[in-house]
Amino acid sequence: MTTAETVHDTGESEGVRGPGALRQYWQQLRQDHLGMLGLLLVVLMVGSAILADVVAPYEATKVMVGPRLAPPSWDHWLGTDHLGRDVLSRVIMGGRVALMVAMAALGAALSLGLLLGLIAGFGPQWLDNGMLLIFDAVRAFPVIIFALAVVTLLGPSLSTVIFVVAVTSIPIYARVVRTQTQSLKNNEFILAERAMGAGTPRILGVHILPNVIGPLLILASMDVPLVITLEAGLSFLGMGVRPPTPSWGTILNDGYNYIRNSPWPVVAGGIPIILTTLGFTFLGEALRDIFDPKLRKDL
Amino acid sequence: MTQGDAALLDVNRLSLDFGSPRGRVHALRDVTVSVPKGRIVGVVGESGCGKSTLAFAIIRLLAGNAEVTGGEIVFEGQNLLDLNARQMRALRGQRMSMIFQDPMTALNPIRTIEQQMVDIQYRAPGGQAGKRRHAAEALDRVGIPDPESRLQAYPHQFSGGMRQRICIAMALLVEPALLLADEPTTALDATLEVQIIDLLKDLQRDIGCSVLFVSHHLGTVAELCDDVVVMYAGEVVERGSVRDIFNNPGHPYTQALLQCDPGRIRERTRHLPTIPGNVPNLLGMPRGCIFKDRCPHVFDRCRHERPAHHAIATDGHTASCHLLDQTAEAPA
Amino acid sequence: MSALLDVENLRVRFRSLGMLRALATGVDDPFIDAVCDVSFQVREGETLGLVGESGSGKSTIARTIMGLTPAHDGSSIRFGGDELVGLPQRSFTAHRRHMTMMFQDPVGSLSPRLTVRSLVTEPFKIHGITGRDLDKEAKRLLEMVGLTEDFARRFPHQLSGGQARRVGVARALALDPKLIIADEPTAGLDVSVQGEVLNLLARLQDELGIAILIITHNLNVVRHITDRMAIMYLGRFVEQGPTEDIFHNPRHPYTEALLSANPEPDPDARKNRVEIKGEVPSLMNRPQGCEFHNRCNYAQDLCRRKAPGVSDAGDGHVYTCHFPLDGG
Repeated sequence: MTTAETVHDTGESEGVRGPGALRQYWQQLRQDHLGMLGLLLVVLMVGSAILADVVAPYEATKVMVGPRLAPPSWDHWLGTDHLGRDVLSRVIMGGRVALMVAMAALGAALSLGLLLGLIAGFGPQWLDNGMLLIFDAVRAFPVIIFALAVVTLLGPSLSTVIFVVAVTSIPIYARVVRTQTQSLKNNEFILAERAMGAGTPRILGVHILPNVIGPLLILASMDVPLVITLEAGLSFLGMGVRPPTPSWGTILNDGYNYIRNSPWPVVAGGIPIILTTLGFTFLGEALRDIFDPKLRKDL
Repeated sequence: MTQGDAALLDVNRLSLDFGSPRGRVHALRDVTVSVPKGRIVGVVGESGCGKSTLAFAIIRLLAGNAEVTGGEIVFEGQNLLDLNARQMRALRGQRMSMIFQDPMTALNPIRTIEQQMVDIQYRAPGGQAGKRRHAAEALDRVGIPDPESRLQAYPHQFSGGMRQRICIAMALLVEPALLLADEPTTALDATLEVQIIDLLKDLQRDIGCSVLFVSHHLGTVAELCDDVVVMYAGEVVERGSVRDIFNNPGHPYTQALLQCDPGRIRERTRHLPTIPGNVPNLLGMPRGCIFKDRCPHVFDRCRHERPAHHAIATDGHTASCHLLDQTAEAPA
Repeated sequence: MSALLDVENLRVRFRSLGMLRALATGVDDPFIDAVCDVSFQVREGETLGLVGESGSGKSTIARTIMGLTPAHDGSSIRFGGDELVGLPQRSFTAHRRHMTMMFQDPVGSLSPRLTVRSLVTEPFKIHGITGRDLDKEAKRLLEMVGLTEDFARRFPHQLSGGQARRVGVARALALDPKLIIADEPTAGLDVSVQGEVLNLLARLQDELGIAILIITHNLNVVRHITDRMAIMYLGRFVEQGPTEDIFHNPRHPYTEALLSANPEPDPDARKNRVEIKGEVPSLMNRPQGCEFHNRCNYAQDLCRRKAPGVSDAGDGHVYTCHFPLDGG
C-alpha cells in the first residue's frame, strides 16, 4: 500500500486571516466613502467624549462665564445659553453623557439579549414559544409610555434612561440571536459536535456564540444613534438627565425656550445629534457590508 | 467537430474576469467552443474550471462583478456581446433557454405551474386557453402524468425529478434553437438521472435544437453528448467528438480525469488513481501551460510557453499540449 | 471475526402530523417509519456499504447509531457488546470515543470559527482527556491524513473540499476509534479528489484495523472500497451481501436497476439498461404487498398482495423478493 501524497499548504486558497485579513477589511472600508465619513464622525465624537475635560474650554455647568444668550464669538465658539454657560463645553460634555447612556444601555441589552436569544433558539419548542410571547409583548409596548411609567415610579435620572433603553432593546437583540441560533443549530457542524459527544454549554459557547456575535455587534453599532436620540428625547421631555448635567436633549430644551431671541443653543444641540446619528449609521452599514453581505437581506 | 454544418453558436476566444477584493480572477481565458445545429455539445471539467461561467456568459446572466475582456459570442450570426439588454431579453426564452442545477429553487414557489408556464408565453399570440393547452401538452411531453390537473399544482407539490421535468418543459415550450443545461442531473438520484438524460435525448431529437450540456459527470456526458469540450482552470484543453475524447484522449489532463473515474476501473482496487496537486490560483495570469504543475509529462517548454491547440485527428479533435506539436522536436 | 456493531430490527419513526392535527383528522397513527426492520452487522476491521437513493433512510440509520435520533422500542443496537438503545445521554458519550461519524458536507461539518488545530484536538477537550500536548497531537493527526503542519492555523473556509475532508478524517481518528461511520464521504468532491479520500480511508483501515460503515449513493465507490453492501429502499433493506457477489449477481430487481442506472463513461457502452418507472413513493403512503411492485419490471399478482420474506442465497447474501433474478 503506497501512502497518500502529503498535501502541502500552498497558501493560495481564500483569504488567510490574521493581519492580512484585517488589512483587507481596512482597504474595503477605505473604498467606502460614506463609511470613512462615518468612521471620522464616530472617532471625533468618541474622542471628544473621552477627552471632554481637556477639550472643553470652560466648565460645562458653571454659570455666567460670559454674557447670556450671546452669539458665537472667539471666546465662545457656539455662543452661550440663558444662564451664560458656554454651549460648546456643554455640547462636548453632553456627548459624554450620550455615549455613556448608549454604552451602558446597549451593553446590558446586548448581553441579556444574547443570553435569552441563545436559550430560546436552542431550548425546547415550548420555551421558545413562551419567550417569544414575552419578547413581542415588551416590544409592542410604546417606548415613551413605558418611559413615562418608569419615570413616575423611579424619578427622572440617568439610570432611568439606561434602564428604559435596555429593557426595550433586549427583545430586539434576543429575537435576532434566536433566529440565528435556530438556523445554526441544524447545521451539519453542530450535528458533528453532538455526534462527538459535546454538551449543550460547549455547543452554545464554542460553536454558536462566535457565529452570532459579529452580526449582533454591527446591529448594535447601528442602534447607537437610536439610543442617543432616545436619551435626548427623554431629556428634552424632562424625563432623563437632571439639570444642571448637560445632555443634548436638555441643551435643546433650554434653547427652545429662547429660540426667538437666540437660535444658537438649539442649533448647537441639534447638530451633534444629527452628526452622530449619521456617523454611526454610515459606519454600521459599511461594516455590515464588509463583514456580512448576507445580513442586508436578513434584516 | 463535424464540418459542413453551419455552427449555431460560436464562442471565439472568450476571456472573462471576475472582480474580487483580492484582485481580478481570470475565470475564462481564450475559450473557443462551437455548437453546430442540432448537436449536443458537452462541457466537462472539475469544479472551478469555468464551465458554468461559460454557460452563464452565453445567456448573459452573470453576476455584476464579471467583465468580458475579449472575444465574441456569435449566435445565429450576431455577436451577443454587442446586443443591449432589451435585445438580449428578446433572445432569452425565445431563441435560447436554460435549465439549472437545482430544480428545487428554479421555480417560483408561490405561483402555480400553470401561471408560470402561461407567463413565459407572453410573447406568443393567442388567448389564455390556447397557452394553457400548450402548457399541458409540454408537461405531457416530458412525462408528467395527468398534466391537465397538475397544472393547478404548486412547485412544492412535486418531487425533485418532476420539478426538473417541469423546468425542461418550460425551457422547451418556445422550441428554442439553443438549450443551455447547467448540471441538470447533479441534484437527482441515479435512477432519475438516467430518466432525465433519456428525456433530454428524445426531446432534442424531436425539436432538433442544439444543446450545450455542462456537467462534471463523465458518465452522463458520454451517454448524452455528440461532441465534448474539456475545460481546466478556465481554459479549453481539449475538444473533439465524444468517441475521440473517451477513447483517445490527447491532453494529459483528460487522460488523468478519465483514469480517475472509478466507473472506468474494471478491476476492484483499494488504491484509486488521483491527480496530485491543486488547481492553480486564477488571480494572476498563469505562465506557460495551465496544467504544468500537475502534469506527469511536463518538460521545459511547458513552463514558459502556453501551448496552442494542436490537431490530433483530422475530424477536429484538438488538444492544447506541446507534446502534440508535430513541428517541434520531441522533448529529450 | 466477531461483530463490532450489531443492529437488530432497527425501527425509526418520525412524527408526520402534529398532535392536534392528528386528533382533528382522526389519524390514529401520525407517524411514518423512516427505517423499518433493519438488521445488519459490522465486523471488526471490515467495510460495509449502505446504498440507497435520497430518502431511503440510510442517513437516518447512521444518526440513530450515533444516538442523534432515537430508535423505536424493540430495536437493538449493540456496539462492542453493549446495548445502546435506551441509554441515557451521559453514558452514551463514553461510547462516542470508540465510534465517530463523518458528515456529508466536508466544509459545512467543521465549525467555521475554529482553526484546524482546535478542530482536530476538540475530541480531547470534549472527553476531558488532559495531559497531552495538543500541538503535538494536532501535528500527529494531520500527518496521518497527509496534511502538513501549516494547515493547523487555517480556518475551514480556507480549505478546499478535499482538504476539509482530510481534516474531518483527522478529527474522527483523534481518539483511536473502532468504528467510523462515513455519510457520503465523497459527496461534492471532484473525481480526482474522491480517489484521494477513499485511498486515505483504505490505508487507515489497513494500518489501524478500523471498521467503516459507508453510506453513499455512489455505486462506483461502493464497489472499490466495501467488503459487503446493503441496498435500501423505502427504509428497508431489499438486498444484503458480499459486494462482489451483489455486483455480479444481483437478486432484487431494484438492485439490478440501480446498478444499471450508473451511466458509464464510455460512449460505446450501449448496454441494455434496465430502467425503472416512476419515482420513489412517499413514506406516508407505502404500497401494499411488496413495496417495490409498482415500479418493478417483473411484478406479478402475488407481489401486489403479499410482502416477500427474507430469502438466503448463501454466503450471507440475502434479499426480499418473490421472484428473484436468476444468478448468472
